[in-house]
Amino acid sequence: MHDIRHHLSDALLLGHAAGALSEAFDLVVATHVSVCDDCRAKLGAYDALGGALLEDMPETAPASGSLAATLDRLPAEPPAAPAADADATFPEPLRRAVGGDLSSVRWRRIGGGVAQAVLTRDKDGASVRLLRIPAGVAVPDHGHNGAELTLVLRGAFHDEVDSFGRGDVEIADPALSHQPVAARGEDCICLAATDAPLRFNAFLPRLAQGLFGI
Amino acid sequence: MTGHDADVTTGDRDWAIEIRAVRDRRDQAAFARLFDHFAPRVKGFLIRGGASPSEAEDVMQEVMATLWRKSHMFDASRASLSTWIFTIARNRRIDMIRRTRRPEPEDLPWGPNPEPPQAEALALAQETDQLGRAIAELPDAQRQLIERAYFGELSHSEIAFETGLPLGTIKSRIRLALERLRRQMV
Repeated sequence: MHDIRHHLSDALLLGHAAGALSEAFDLVVATHVSVCDDCRAKLGAYDALGGALLEDMPETAPASGSLAATLDRLPAEPPAAPAADADATFPEPLRRAVGGDLSSVRWRRIGGGVAQAVLTRDKDGASVRLLRIPAGVAVPDHGHNGAELTLVLRGAFHDEVDSFGRGDVEIADPALSHQPVAARGEDCICLAATDAPLRFNAFLPRLAQGLFGI
Repeated sequence: MTGHDADVTTGDRDWAIEIRAVRDRRDQAAFARLFDHFAPRVKGFLIRGGASPSEAEDVMQEVMATLWRKSHMFDASRASLSTWIFTIARNRRIDMIRRTRRPEPEDLPWGPNPEPPQAEALALAQETDQLGRAIAELPDAQRQLIERAYFGELSHSEIAFETGLPLGTIKSRIRLALERLRRQMV
């Protein structure tokens, strides 16, 4: 694995630990943490904060017979944990969201050779999609009404801010307008989540926005 | 650390003994002790997060049943038991709201030696206890902000504050545990 240079922010890790993120952002966080032990350790510290709060929680008495009812729910044997798949391209949370690995993705072309697969979209406008950008190709210049998280799964891209390789996350705030360009040599595959629709800056891409489905 | 039920860390029980008894011997008495301590807290957490008493009772029973079913997944060098139960309860709360399973990081496969060093596990449990005391010493406004975030009362965009808590030692300890696990996986 390429050395990860761009990590999740403390606000995102705390938000994931606290359960305050959208499903779209949770998926990007869980996928990055699957490949980044620095962020996994930080998330563990924020989880520990939740554990300390639980320990201090005012108690609410269980219903009568609660323990017996819980024991009734137990199966005789614990189900086996799902096997980790060392050959997979996608970490497990992403395989679960896709319903398989990279070969199972149902890509839809959205122009310029770029393809996408929308994974989830919730009623508040948050969505998460896979993007496949051919080597050397640019995604249309765009800004965000909300934040955008982009995690590189394969290949690399660069934009006005920096360059991003496998495992890196770009956290773009609403003020950033950028045009990611895939590095030469290999198609770039990213997992991108937004918590509000994107804004395209040129007229033609604005037409393409309908095709993006966002 | 042998098998004494009265073993203590820093005033709290060492729950790792009970969870090992559940894992290794399916010990219902040990499970009952875990239930007595954690079930009322989990139910309180769920009610604070907006669940009705009957929903909270149902989800709490499911959380405690998960504790039994997944006892083999608990790694005391990466989380205290209260932390692990918190993550199960949090995930159940979100699953209930979303009606889908929340994305969670891939768990690391076990190496040839699944039993983590006791000293590491104990130190982590003690640090989680100390964290609880540090929370209690925070200024009220700061502590309430953290509680509101963890009890589901803040949106993502409202979570942009420093906790003001010494989380670095816990992070470093978990980082070391992960490195040990990665070495075993090679």
